[in-house]
Amino acid sequence: MAEGVRRNLPPLTLHVPEPKFRPGDAVDYADFDRGAAGAVSRPAIDASPDVMRDHAYSLVRVLDDDGKAVGPWDPRLEPERLVAMLRHMALTRAYDDRLYRAQRQGKTSFYMKCTGEEATSIAAAYALDRDDMCFPSYRQQGILLARGWSLVDMMCQVYSNRGDRLKGRQMPIMYSAREAGFFSISGNLATQYPQAVGFAMASAAKGDTRIAAAWCGEGSTAEGDFHSACTFASVYRAPVILNVINNQWAISSFSGFAGAENTTFAARAIGYGMAGLRVDGNDALAVYAATEWAAERARANAGPTLIEFFTYRAEGHSTSDDPTKYRSAEENVKWPLGDPIARLKEHVIAIGAWDEERHAAMDKAVIDEVRTAQKEAEAMGILADGLLQHPFATMFEDVFEEMPWHLKEQSQQMHDERKKAGI
Amino acid sequence: MNMIQAINSALDVMMARDPDIVVMGEDVGFFGGVFKATEHLQARYGKTRVFDTPITELGIIGVSVGMCAYGLRPVPEIQFADYIYPALDQLVSEAARLRYRSAGEFTAPMTIRSPFGGGIFGGQTHSQSPEAMFTHVAGLKTVIPSNPYDAKGLLIAAIEDNDPVVFFEPKRIYNGPFDGHYDRPVTPWAKHPAAVVPEDYYRIPLGKAAVVREGEAVTILCYGTMVHVAVGVVAEMGVDAEIIDLRTLVPLDIAAIEASVRKTGRVVVVHEATKTSGFGAELAALIQERCFYTLEAPIERVTGWDTPYPHSLEWAYFPGPVRLTQALEKILEA
Ligand SMILES: Cc1ncc(C[n+]2csc(CCOP(=O)(O)OP(=O)(O)O)c2C)c(N)n1
Repeated sequence: MAEGVRRNLPPLTLHVPEPKFRPGDAVDYADFDRGAAGAVSRPAIDASPDVMRDHAYSLVRVLDDDGKAVGPWDPRLEPERLVAMLRHMALTRAYDDRLYRAQRQGKTSFYMKCTGEEATSIAAAYALDRDDMCFPSYRQQGILLARGWSLVDMMCQVYSNRGDRLKGRQMPIMYSAREAGFFSISGNLATQYPQAVGFAMASAAKGDTRIAAAWCGEGSTAEGDFHSACTFASVYRAPVILNVINNQWAISSFSGFAGAENTTFAARAIGYGMAGLRVDGNDALAVYAATEWAAERARANAGPTLIEFFTYRAEGHSTSDDPTKYRSAEENVKWPLGDPIARLKEHVIAIGAWDEERHAAMDKAVIDEVRTAQKEAEAMGILADGLLQHPFATMFEDVFEEMPWHLKEQSQQMHDERKKAGI
Repeated sequence: MNMIQAINSALDVMMARDPDIVVMGEDVGFFGGVFKATEHLQARYGKTRVFDTPITELGIIGVSVGMCAYGLRPVPEIQFADYIYPALDQLVSEAARLRYRSAGEFTAPMTIRSPFGGGIFGGQTHSQSPEAMFTHVAGLKTVIPSNPYDAKGLLIAAIEDNDPVVFFEPKRIYNGPFDGHYDRPVTPWAKHPAAVVPEDYYRIPLGKAAVVREGEAVTILCYGTMVHVAVGVVAEMGVDAEIIDLRTLVPLDIAAIEASVRKTGRVVVVHEATKTSGFGAELAALIQERCFYTLEAPIERVTGWDTPYPHSLEWAYFPGPVRLTQALEKILEA
């Protein structure tokens, strides 16, 4: 006890959060309240944030346990659109599986899957306009796929090969695709958040019609950037959708270390006077409906929306970690909100738009599509081919628009040194 | 011990000795850190002394300042040095100046550990060497070990130091010394004399460089991973170079540098960070201020290029043996 402590008072204690389940523990989600599908009301798109406080604590769900779409948030999508979404989710999973394996085979240095979270990017991308600007984190590869971006182009980035438009500079999965409305990904967490707000403010100031959307993990909400973004978004009523993908884990740290023991992430909106929605992230229809709602709200100049998508990171954080070291292996299996692909599949079967046979054929087709793309991408090289991929001089390009003397000198120096060394 | 084990051991020894030491950072608790440097510490010292933090580097350093105000000695970890930038304000404007602005009423005896440097295909956000920025800040000390033995002794000294210390760990050499030949197998630390690390307390004072190899022909100033590149190149070339491992950049062992330069008259500075305003510039300026008339050749700098670290071309970025060899040839001919 420190000196000078008043001895007649109880000692203070420091609370350090602890997740419910650790490796080896049996998992029991009995006290997790999903709420009933269809139970949460759908406010008008221009509703004042203070009449929708409850929406930050409940869970918007559309698909019930029988795969039926129920309640006011049912987006009533055409069956073809639902199947297209399902296909893109399956494609995302096949893409991830393939490239994860490629990393294990030593073809590239690193990979990150979004397994279990596919709905949060695919359904969101479907609900946005193609020209809305996305500021993703590293787990939204689904947006590019949903926007029809070339698999080969994405893979070339992962392989840092000759076909990589980013000239082999970025770590795998840190895509950039301006044409697809996909902002360059940073390895520094949450930096994209204020940037998305800035884009939205600019669009508004110019009288444009495009909106912006940002994604970050629940762990990243602790960063100052997140809070600066919320302040700007709220103050200027920026036409932006701020998505928090609460997949329960930030590497080995459970969501409690970002504040989840005390409130929801959607409730962050309340303090900033923003609309906040908490949504079942494994329910593609709920994701679609919430994004569509927030997009309409932004387009109507009714302000920003912060959406927490409640989901689960079914795989490791990246190829560099082993999740069995910090969480129960049962969590994934027992996750009470199921698997987003399985749930959407059940729904399209229930409405008679789909069947097991077509699903099996589709699974095979997306795997083939990924495999074909992989062959094409690998024909342009893999990272393991080492220094052969990009001309050395490209290293000095794009540091500045015009190369200053010192970089010209260094580029020449490198050339001379290599020549002299005979390499 | 390898370097991770040595760092872990330093933390362990110090936590056992001093109940005011706390370790915190992203994933450092139950998981023991993404590089495993804090493994077992939470089990040993409890959750209030070793704990995970929210992902806010600014918060981690700001909270550490407050803990110092209470009387603790925090050892926060920033998961990668590239992520120290969000914490800059608390580090630069607060921790570094606390002693000065309060005339010693408050101090910030914290040690910020952070893995830094490239060579692990980390691209431009997992590879940088930002040490020069911290040497530019009055009130911060900057320490960079190059082997397990030093890592433990220096970390202990840093933790005992009553000023804020930025302790950069060259992650490329966590598991073994690396001579820059990326296409050759890496030997583990076990084969290296510096892997013999005492289990218990010892310290290596901050501000003392190590003469890794004595020589007459040229002085090579280096730290971290580059020490091993220098050792490898000097052995391959068979030149009689003196290799000085600076170990701490602030405070700098200027006496060791001066003595060596006066002896050899030639200097090559090697670091992985970009060249412009890198620490090599400071070294070159100091040497010309203090021993210009003993120099027999212009000082050479072998550094990373003035570009971000490129993922696929990282070996062309890394100032490896080819470049150091040519610099040595050039300076010895001059
Ligand atoms: C500024 C910064 N600090 C730390 C890291 C290291 N890091 C990378 S991912 C990660 C966890 C992120 O968790 P979360 O935001 O929940 O996203 P998720 O990975 O779960 O999708 C951490 C700590 C980083 N990339 N950037």
